[in-house]
Amino acid sequence: MPPWNPRTEEMPLGELRRLQFKLLKSLVYRLYSFNEFYRLRMKEHQVHPDDIRMLEDAAKLPFMYKGDLRDGYPDRIFSAEQNELVRYHVSSGTTGKPTVVGYTERDIENWSESLARGFSSCGLGRGDVMQVSYGYGLFTGGLGAHYGAERVGATVLPTSVGNTERQIELMQDLHVTAIACTPSYLLHIGEVAEKMGVSIKNDTDLRMGFLGAEPWSEQMRTRIEDWLGIRAYDIYGTSELSGPMFTECTEQQGIHIWGDLALVEIVDPATGEVLAPGEQGELTITMLQKEALPMVRYRIGDLTAVEEGGCACGRTHPRIGRIRGRVDDMLIIRGINVFPSQVEHALLEIPQVGRHFQIVVDRKGALDSMLVRVEVSEEAFSDKITELMVIKRAVEHRLRSSLNVSVDVELVEPGTLPRFEGKSKKVVDRRSL
Amino acid sequence: MEKSYIVKQISIFSENRPGRLAAIAGALRDAGINIFAFSIAEADGFGVVRALVDQPDEAHRTLTDLGFRVSFTDVIGVKMRDEPGGLSDIASILGDAGINIEYAYAYSGRDGAVLILRVDQVEDAIRQILGRGGELLKASLSG
Ligand SMILES: [Zn+2]
Repeated sequence: MPPWNPRTEEMPLGELRRLQFKLLKSLVYRLYSFNEFYRLRMKEHQVHPDDIRMLEDAAKLPFMYKGDLRDGYPDRIFSAEQNELVRYHVSSGTTGKPTVVGYTERDIENWSESLARGFSSCGLGRGDVMQVSYGYGLFTGGLGAHYGAERVGATVLPTSVGNTERQIELMQDLHVTAIACTPSYLLHIGEVAEKMGVSIKNDTDLRMGFLGAEPWSEQMRTRIEDWLGIRAYDIYGTSELSGPMFTECTEQQGIHIWGDLALVEIVDPATGEVLAPGEQGELTITMLQKEALPMVRYRIGDLTAVEEGGCACGRTHPRIGRIRGRVDDMLIIRGINVFPSQVEHALLEIPQVGRHFQIVVDRKGALDSMLVRVEVSEEAFSDKITELMVIKRAVEHRLRSSLNVSVDVELVEPGTLPRFEGKSKKVVDRRSL
Repeated sequence: MEKSYIVKQISIFSENRPGRLAAIAGALRDAGINIFAFSIAEADGFGVVRALVDQPDEAHRTLTDLGFRVSFTDVIGVKMRDEPGGLSDIASILGDAGINIEYAYAYSGRDGAVLILRVDQVEDAIRQILGRGGELLKASLSG
């Protein structure tokens, strides 16, 4: 699909990096001069704006964390006065105090521009009808997608969340061609539609979905695309970045992060060291043009890898892969970072065992041990011990090669592993520190 | 002909922890199912309980409903002669025919000892044993 902003989206990588450096440098000078919070943080880390002499020097800058926004509640780390703001969004946060994000007119403009580029890279434009089934209000999803879709000339149907049957009627009557919502809500729409006798695939004009605000997988994409007859695109963002901000293109090979708006680094969650392209680590973003609430090296807590080679679509900007999990879930085993989500992904590729698991970490002498408990699937259950041992060893081998840590696997009876999400039950850490 | 000697054994996946065998036996007893024979094969942290029961389908359903992983396995039961060499006779009959024994266990029935065998070629094994004068348990006796 042709770029919305060809000059920027197809900028040669060298030129893009020079632009990023220029923007970073002026951001750091501006913050050092006018933002007390970040000036103090730079001083604590003994960094001066003059130390930023090339793009890689971004790694010298101190990180920002979610806690900084909470501590600065409501607006103590803002860089703009209230009379310069055109909007607030507030994220409730599952733990602790809420965080407030303020927007200048230019912040809203850049947010819409970013999504306009993403939406149009998937073929959304004039003539389309986009149903926005993200929540409207303090949450950023609804209004964010709304402004981005209007920007590319699509007609927006702001249904927000809820009253699903009415959403399906409107989808048919107004010939909706695109939807923005969470993947689980889209599955719910599909189910409700079937109960109403409506096939999304055959009885509507829906042809694409922008799905995000919760983790989902390639398996889920295949299911949604086959069942509903649409292309399903990943959309990424958090309120700290503005809201939903970046999407995949029709290639579906990662999410394009517009380099003139955001500088991506992937860092080792334990050491903060910058990792090379392709390596999995914590997504860290510097918003290069954000005015009201600047974010520098913001540790988002999501795990992914960055891909720097240009995309087949012709856009040159870096891309990030699917979010693999949350840093909060990280375990350090014999000095190696291990994420429960890696275990989950590895198990999905082994049909002989179910997808449920439990990790038990212990320490024998000075050495950490990791045990993964899995259930043998019904099809794979053999009454021959030797065949069960083959399955056990195959899972051990697969986990070892994806985690780089040796793992013991225990086959357990079905139904004995925790079914619900959450680290508390999936990981049992018996190491006494 | 050979089919009538194929006995349907149920196999149950079990963790090696106290009380699992009792749970299986208790569930079958509560469902009014009789166990003729059973054996336990253990490995690293898990095991397989193998049992001959009078109502294999009912046993399968009962245990599956309770969340156990259960499968059927075809086995044969060879009646053992009350004389020395009974076991080695059977082993050599099967060995001569190139049939592998996956596992074996014995139980003592109403009229003498019975050896339960899982082999890789069941019908072949039945023909060989009958052809050499062996006596096999009828499937109907246990099911
Ligand atoms: Zn692309």
